[in-house]
Amino acid sequence: MPEPLAIEAQELTKKFGDFTAVDRITFTVKKGEIFGFLGANGAGKTTAMRMLIGLLHPTSGQARVAGYDIYHDTEKIKHNIGYMSQRFSLYNDLTVWENMELFGGIYGMRDSEIKQKADEVIEKLGIGRLKNRQVKHLPLGFKQKLAFSVAIFHEPQIVFLDEPTGGVDPIVRRQFWEMIYEEAERGITAFVTTHYMDEAEYCNRLSIMVDGQIKALGTPGELKQELNSKNMDEVFLKLARQQS
Amino acid sequence: MRKVKYLLKKEFRQIFRNQAMLPIIFVMPVVQLLILVNAATFEIKNIQVAILDEDMSQESRELVNKLLSTGYYKAVDFPTSIHQGQRLMDHNKIDLFIQIPAGFAADLQHEGHATIGLDISAIDGSAASIIYFYTNTILADYNSAIVARWLHLAKRPALPVELRTRYLFNEELEYKNYITPGLMVILVTMVTMFLAAMNIVREKELGTIEQLNVTPITKVQFIISKLLPFWLIGMFELAFGLAVGKLIFDFPVVGSLPLLFAFAAIYMPVGLALGLLISTVTHTQQQAMLISWFFVVIFILMSGLFTAIENMPDWAQTITLFNPVAYFMQLIRMVLLKGSEFHNVVRHFVVIGLMAVAMLTLAIVTYRKQQ
Repeated sequence: MPEPLAIEAQELTKKFGDFTAVDRITFTVKKGEIFGFLGANGAGKTTAMRMLIGLLHPTSGQARVAGYDIYHDTEKIKHNIGYMSQRFSLYNDLTVWENMELFGGIYGMRDSEIKQKADEVIEKLGIGRLKNRQVKHLPLGFKQKLAFSVAIFHEPQIVFLDEPTGGVDPIVRRQFWEMIYEEAERGITAFVTTHYMDEAEYCNRLSIMVDGQIKALGTPGELKQELNSKNMDEVFLKLARQQS
Repeated sequence: MRKVKYLLKKEFRQIFRNQAMLPIIFVMPVVQLLILVNAATFEIKNIQVAILDEDMSQESRELVNKLLSTGYYKAVDFPTSIHQGQRLMDHNKIDLFIQIPAGFAADLQHEGHATIGLDISAIDGSAASIIYFYTNTILADYNSAIVARWLHLAKRPALPVELRTRYLFNEELEYKNYITPGLMVILVTMVTMFLAAMNIVREKELGTIEQLNVTPITKVQFIISKLLPFWLIGMFELAFGLAVGKLIFDFPVVGSLPLLFAFAAIYMPVGLALGLLISTVTHTQQQAMLISWFFVVIFILMSGLFTAIENMPDWAQTITLFNPVAYFMQLIRMVLLKGSEFHNVVRHFVVIGLMAVAMLTLAIVTYRKQQ
C-alpha cells in the first residue's frame, strides 16, 4: 500500500479575470511532512493555500486534502485542518483562555477536553499569568505562538500556516519552528508558506512558486544541487532570474 | 447546536467589552426621545403675524384683540401700509399678514358684510393650511358674535349646521403621544440593523471572519450567532425606550404590551437580515454605514413617522407597502393609542412574518463561506 498522502494537487488553477494567479500546480504532501511553499510576494502562494482550505473556489484542476475532495467535501476538510492566516486572526478583544474556548468549542471539543488542552498549551507557552489577559495586550511573539497553538488546538491532521513568522524577531522565529517540529513529530502535517529563504532549510520538502507556477520541487538539498547553489537564497534568485 | 453556544458566548463577551456599546444601548434612546419628541412637533403655536389695521374702529380693534388673545398668534409688528407688511413677509419675518381695510366697520354696518385680507406664507404647505384653519375658526366665531349683537339677542343664534368634533384615541391631540411610539420604532430598527451590519463587516476588516470560515461551523450557525445577540438587544431597547417614554412623557399604553412585543419579535429579524445582507456586499465599515443610511432614510421618510402615508401620492403609498418600518409604525400606534387587538393587526403580522422569512432566507443564501 502506498504511503497515505495529506495533500495532493493536480493542475490546480485559479484565474481572476484575465489574470492567472495559480497556474496548473501539481504536487503532493506526505503525512507528517513539513512542506514549504515558497515564493516572492504575489507569486500565488496564498491563493493556492486558500483553495486547499476551502476559502476560494478553484477555476480548474483537482485536489484532495486529508483524503477529501476540495470541491465536494470542503466541510469535511475543515474538520481535519487548522489554519493560521497571514493576518493575525485570533480575537484581540477576547482573553487567551476565551480564544481557546471558542475555537475548541467550534470544533466540537467537550468542555473538559478544552480545559485540559488549554492548561497544556498555557503551560507549554509559559503564559500562565497572561491567561486572563486580552490578546491585544500580548507581545507579538507570544501572539504568533498562541495563534499557532490555537490553530492546532483541535488536533487537526494538517495545519496550514500562511507566512506565520512575518514581522517577528529571529529568536521567536526559531522558537516557532521548534514548535512546528514538535507537532510534526506527533504526526501532524505542516504546510507552510514563507518568503524567508532561510526558513526553507527547516522544511522536509519544498516547492518554489514563480508567477503562479511551481518552478522547483524537492528537498532543500536536492534543489541546491539541481541549481548548483550554496544556499536557498541563490536557488531562489536563479529561478526568479530564469523567468525574467 | 452546541457550537452556537460557544459562538454566542464570544459575541456577548465582545459586545459588552466594546466601549461604544453601552452608550448606544442606554444613552441613545434617552437622548433621541428627549430631543426629538420635543422638537418634532406639528403643533403651530407661535404664528408670527403682522396686522395692518387701516380702519382703527372699535370693531377692528375687537377683532384684533380676539385673534391675539387666543395665544396662537404672536404679533410681530403693526405695519402702516400694505407695502410694509409685504416686506415683512418677504424677509420671512411673519407667517401671516392680516389687512383690515379702511371702512371695515362702516361696511359691516351699512352693507351687512365686509372683507379682510389674509396673506399666508405657504412655504410649509401643511402649516399654511393649519394657520388658515385657526384664523378662519376665530373669524367665524367673531361673525356669530356680531350677528348676535345686531339682533340684540341674549344668546348667539345657532348656525344651521354646527360641527361638533371629537378626537378619538388621542383626545388631547397630544402630538407627543403620536411621535413617541414612532421614534421607538426608528430607534430599534436603526440599532439592530446598524449593529448587525457593523459587527460582521468589522470581522471582515480584521480578518477574523476568515478564521471562522475555515472552521466547520455552518452558515446557519454563524448567522444565528450573529443575529440573536442583536435581536435580544433590540427587544431590550424597545422595553427600555417604552419605560423611558412612559416615565418622561407619560404617554398612554391602552393596548396589550405582549402583543406589541410579539410583533417586535418577528419584526426585528427583518432589519437584522438586511444588516447581514449589507455586510455581505460590503468590505469596510464605512461602506456598510453608507448603505445602511441609504435604507434608513428611505425607511423613515416612507414610514408615516412625520408624513401620514394617506397623504402621500399613490405611487409613494405603493412603496410604503414594502417598507417594514411602516407596518411597525402603524401597529405600535394602533396598539398603544387605540388598544387594537390581534384581530385588528393580523395583516401586519402576516406581512412582517413573510418579510422576515424572505429576508432571512435571502441573507442565508447570499452569505458565502467560500469565494
